[in-house]
Amino acid sequence: MARKLNMRIWRGDSVDGALQDVQVEANEGEVVLDVIHRVQATQMGDLAVRWNCKAGKCGSCSMEINGKPRLACMTQVASYGEEETITVTPLRAFPVIKDLVTDVSFNYKKAMEIPAYAPPSDLKPGEARMQQVDVERSQEFRKCIECFLCQDTCHVIRDHEENKKSFAGPRFFIRIAELDMHPLDTLRNRKQTAQEEHGLGMCNITKCCTEVCPEHIRITDNAIIPMKERVVDVKYDPVRWLGSKIRKREGIV
Amino acid sequence: MSGVFSPSRAKIAVRTLRTDRWWLQPAITVAVLVSFIIYATIRAFEAKFYFAEPLISPFYSPCLTSACPTNGSLLGQPFGTIAIFGMVISPALFILIFPLGFRMTCYYYRKAYYRSFWQSPPACAVAEPHKTYTGETRAPLILQNGHRWFFFAGLIFNVLLSIDAVLAFRNAEGQWGHMSIGTLVLLTNATLLWLYSASCHTCRHTIGGRLKHFSQHPLRYKLWTWVSVLNHKHPTFAWISLFGVALTDVYVRAVSSGSISNLYFF
Amino acid sequence: MSELERHKFDVVVIGAGGAGLRAAVEAREAGLSVAIICKSLFGKAHTVMAEGGAAASMGNVNSGDNWMVHFRDTMRGGKFLNHYRMAELHAKESPDRIYELEMWGALFDRTKEGKISQRNFGGHEYPRLAHVGDRTGLELIRTMQQKIVALQQNDMKTFGKLWIEVFAELTVTEILKEDGKVAGVYGYWRESGSEVLFEAPAVIIATGGVGKTFKITSNSWEGTGDGHALALKAGANLVDMEFLQFHPTGMVWPPSVRGILVTESVRGEGGILTNIKGERFMFKYIPDVFKDKYADNEAEADRWYLDQDKNRRPPELLPRDEVARAINTEVKAGRGTEHGGVFLDVSKRISAEIIKKRLPSMWHQFYELAGVDITKEPMEVGPTCHYVMGGVEVVPETAAAVGVDGLFAAGEVAGGMHGSNRLGGNSLSDLLVFGRRAGIGAIEYVRANEAKSVSDSSIKAASQRIEAPFTRTGGENAYSLHAELQEITHNLVGIIRTKSELVEAIEKIADIRTRSANISVTGGRKFNPGFHLAFDLDNMLLVAESTAKCAVGREESRGGHTRDDFPGMDNKWRQVNQISSFDGQKVNVRKQALPSIPKELFDLFDVHELEKYMTAEEIAKGGSN
Ligand SMILES: Cc1cc2nc3c(=O)[nH]c(=O)nc-3n(C[C@H](O)[C@H](O)[C@H](O)COP(=O)(O)OP(=O)(O)OC[C@H]3O[C@@H](n4cnc5c(N)ncnc54)[C@H](O)[C@@H]3O)c2cc1C
Ligand code: SF4
Ligand code: SF4
Ligand code: FES
Ligand code: FES
Repeated sequence: MARKLNMRIWRGDSVDGALQDVQVEANEGEVVLDVIHRVQATQMGDLAVRWNCKAGKCGSCSMEINGKPRLACMTQVASYGEEETITVTPLRAFPVIKDLVTDVSFNYKKAMEIPAYAPPSDLKPGEARMQQVDVERSQEFRKCIECFLCQDTCHVIRDHEENKKSFAGPRFFIRIAELDMHPLDTLRNRKQTAQEEHGLGMCNITKCCTEVCPEHIRITDNAIIPMKERVVDVKYDPVRWLGSKIRKREGIV
Repeated sequence: MSGVFSPSRAKIAVRTLRTDRWWLQPAITVAVLVSFIIYATIRAFEAKFYFAEPLISPFYSPCLTSACPTNGSLLGQPFGTIAIFGMVISPALFILIFPLGFRMTCYYYRKAYYRSFWQSPPACAVAEPHKTYTGETRAPLILQNGHRWFFFAGLIFNVLLSIDAVLAFRNAEGQWGHMSIGTLVLLTNATLLWLYSASCHTCRHTIGGRLKHFSQHPLRYKLWTWVSVLNHKHPTFAWISLFGVALTDVYVRAVSSGSISNLYFF
Repeated sequence: MSELERHKFDVVVIGAGGAGLRAAVEAREAGLSVAIICKSLFGKAHTVMAEGGAAASMGNVNSGDNWMVHFRDTMRGGKFLNHYRMAELHAKESPDRIYELEMWGALFDRTKEGKISQRNFGGHEYPRLAHVGDRTGLELIRTMQQKIVALQQNDMKTFGKLWIEVFAELTVTEILKEDGKVAGVYGYWRESGSEVLFEAPAVIIATGGVGKTFKITSNSWEGTGDGHALALKAGANLVDMEFLQFHPTGMVWPPSVRGILVTESVRGEGGILTNIKGERFMFKYIPDVFKDKYADNEAEADRWYLDQDKNRRPPELLPRDEVARAINTEVKAGRGTEHGGVFLDVSKRISAEIIKKRLPSMWHQFYELAGVDITKEPMEVGPTCHYVMGGVEVVPETAAAVGVDGLFAAGEVAGGMHGSNRLGGNSLSDLLVFGRRAGIGAIEYVRANEAKSVSDSSIKAASQRIEAPFTRTGGENAYSLHAELQEITHNLVGIIRTKSELVEAIEKIADIRTRSANISVTGGRKFNPGFHLAFDLDNMLLVAESTAKCAVGREESRGGHTRDDFPGMDNKWRQVNQISSFDGQKVNVRKQALPSIPKELFDLFDVHELEKYMTAEEIAKGGSN
């Protein structure tokens, strides 16, 4: 059942690096992370790779396998052909540190820029009442395991380093959507800031984020597009805009 | 060097290491859309064979110029005949902007043509050829935010084309109670267009997506769940309704030009 | 060498799991400066893997629930070896800790009235686990991660600098003391291999579990018992390290996923266990102490799902130790599957749609990793090393480590709370309750004590230890020694233990310790997993030694410690904790009396129940005052 597997593993650091060929044994049912570990234990003791749970729950083992952003612990070796060489590289949208490990601090910086959940100031612990149907949309986004595969694949920053300043990325669009749809969040300008500060308008809804999300969060359909529509409500729709002005004057909002 | 070739990124010389046929999808999209555009352009300028009592081609309905027979003009003929340099403008051109605008600004078609025509990106994790990128933040692409206006216009068209389909329950002499292959063709076309509109993201937003508390709007929530189911299939509806329009026109043209006769069931 | 990186904080928290984050929030909100250190990226700690839920007697689903019922369940589950005071604080404070999370943005599943929904779990009398589908741990981590981000945003706004900082991918190798008191910690950046010193009067250990000492485990690589070892070396004690929880349901096939957890919610939602013959075998394994609470026939067990007041619960929901032993016995008796497990099936009782909604990540996990569709087929499951009940001996109220001033411990790394066996769901709430208390303990300590600066000699010693593996050549490699250790613990210190095997284990572990002193590492310091493992291994060896020695010592079977040669529970042993300490060479174990339960808590139980656990004298005394 065990077979020889041909792999190409990118090794190097921020200065230089290259793909290296290795042959390694692979057993039935193994995932790519298993064989990487075998390479590490038997041939390259200092091969750098991040992982934690090996169960698709923590989002640490993000890398690119045959050019596609994936979790190594959820990618079956058997999903590739017997003769196929499996090529693994670090994420290509972020600075590389060593081998398969990249510097993902960009994402933590962006997380800092999203205003936190803002419950009503008079809400007391234990008194929150929310209906299941009202929390379900946000719950979908909270499934996110922060693997940052969506961030990695998004061409806005993958292909344009300079956009990193002004673009929060799909992971944080779902965070904004989560809060904007949260039944008790009171912050009203999330839509405006999504567009003006976090770069929602840069997204051209080409859906690569959704394609790679291991949690199958429908990032584009359920978060980005609804947020774009909400932005239109407050910024580009004269009818709604007028309506909101009038209602505000009457104190209905 | 920018993008995946930026100095800080892992040094990999190729723009993608994908081994699958990632170029196939965009290639198909280009082929299909280009064929449709060519066909539609020819037909829009052809300005004939679009009406064969009781059938009218969706490219020409509502027919707003006096080029059409009056019984083919659902909303009258407010434009009369307009000619530029002696060329009479095809009635199709007065209305084309609406369905065209609707589809051009559709979230799904945007994805399809940004990827296939503009290569931005050609496929996931395949580096795009452009040096700079600003997305939909500047003119003209910022106008994509006007999708909802086209959506509402699209609804009006759906109504008109549905009326066309109802009118097709007549025979060539205008008597009611008849049904032909043409009736089925128009009905199918109208249904597909309704499905396309109903599954639209703007529709989903308007119907209920914009609400913060579903629980306070049970009816809209119910509708939203239905639209959400359809919305999942929006790309499919986008394609088959596009084929629907083209094939309907093909059929009407064939009947109108006399190549075939519209077969009546009763 | 270049200048050593130095930091000064009021409180250093080692560990960014549930316990560490909760402690950090508490300390920062009290105005202290806080460093959070963790081995992996922020938000990846082992707590993200917790699935089922967090136990808190909010009584949202069954209003009969309250802290007293929860306390009773916890004590029963732990076979009365729990530190009563910890169990009491835990039961009383969990609901507030859950509500607090909600204020910070957690979105638990809801009841019809819009309250936090609660689910059934093994050993809990009422539906008690606040949950979000089967990813409750993720919700917990993310909520607190975002709370910390909110605190940081606030710091930036008010002070223009951060007073709470996260040092991710940094391993702590040493707790530094001066004049007998904690003065800081020393460690290295995993990324660059360069060394860092943190000076702080208070250090909170929240490093989680020890699962990676075992071959088959549900734990991630982080579970290497670092905190246990750090505490031992700093002079603290570990209590009852023999108690390890083997979760009854880990995946068994394919081999590469062996050990990965199958959440207990599968059984809570109606999953049944059968052997290869199709027998629902759990009915045979209901111990006497649980006879009046668990159904002894299928009809009643099935009715329980419809009416929980009139029927006894299905035996699949017995505490974990019972179920794990039962499965182990079935498999040993040849009634297991070809891969050495038993079947767990939810597809018969609930519809595919509900399975996907209530157990989405289980569905996903089996579908993607084993090619099994759990809405149609049964899963194959078997025991997996899951949780360590033993841990740092602490003062319940403040989580202060006994014996070391300035050191605190909370979460899985702390001992006492769960006795000999932890109930599912009690860990997440434990993290919150004692994480917060450790924060408070540290705050009080920092306010009352001066910070000590770390001496150069301490720094030098710590630094030399990090450098050592690079200076050696030709030694063994850490990977193979680790595999060897796992083999020993698995075979000799596993679910069922006997004296001769344990003695053998102790010798073998000592042998690996000796050999590990010669480990050499290839490659440089920069993100070098071989080097990282060398340090982790050192900790695991200490933990394994402690576990094996405690296991030989305890001559009875109770909870997460089963002795083939002493199969019964011995009420005399219930009065005894085993305390491990470290003399610089080896782990020493001594016996210590368990604090006796006060009258008001004693009176919460039916005396007949207590008679099963306590000696006649204890019963006669009726609790202490
Ligand atoms: C698969 C699974 C499912 C579970 N499900 C449940 C459940 O449903 N309900 C429940 O109540 N419990 C559950 N548990 C148990 C529970 O999740 C854990 O006991 C709990 O998460 C431990 O949390 P912690 O805060 O103590 O430590 P952890 O979350 O383990 O975090 C430890 C932290 O310490 C850091 N650390 C460790 N060593 C060092 C070092 N040397 N230097 C620096 N940092 C270090 C790590 O990086 C990490 O950040 C489950 C456990 C598993 C494995
Ligand atoms: S849909 Fe938008 S956010 Fe997602 S990958 Fe494409 S451009 Fe990026
Ligand atoms: S949204 Fe999906 S792809 Fe993006 S970080 Fe979260 S889990 Fe990963
Ligand atoms: S290791 Fe956790 S997701 Fe792969
Ligand atoms: S029509 Fe496609 S999104 Fe509106």
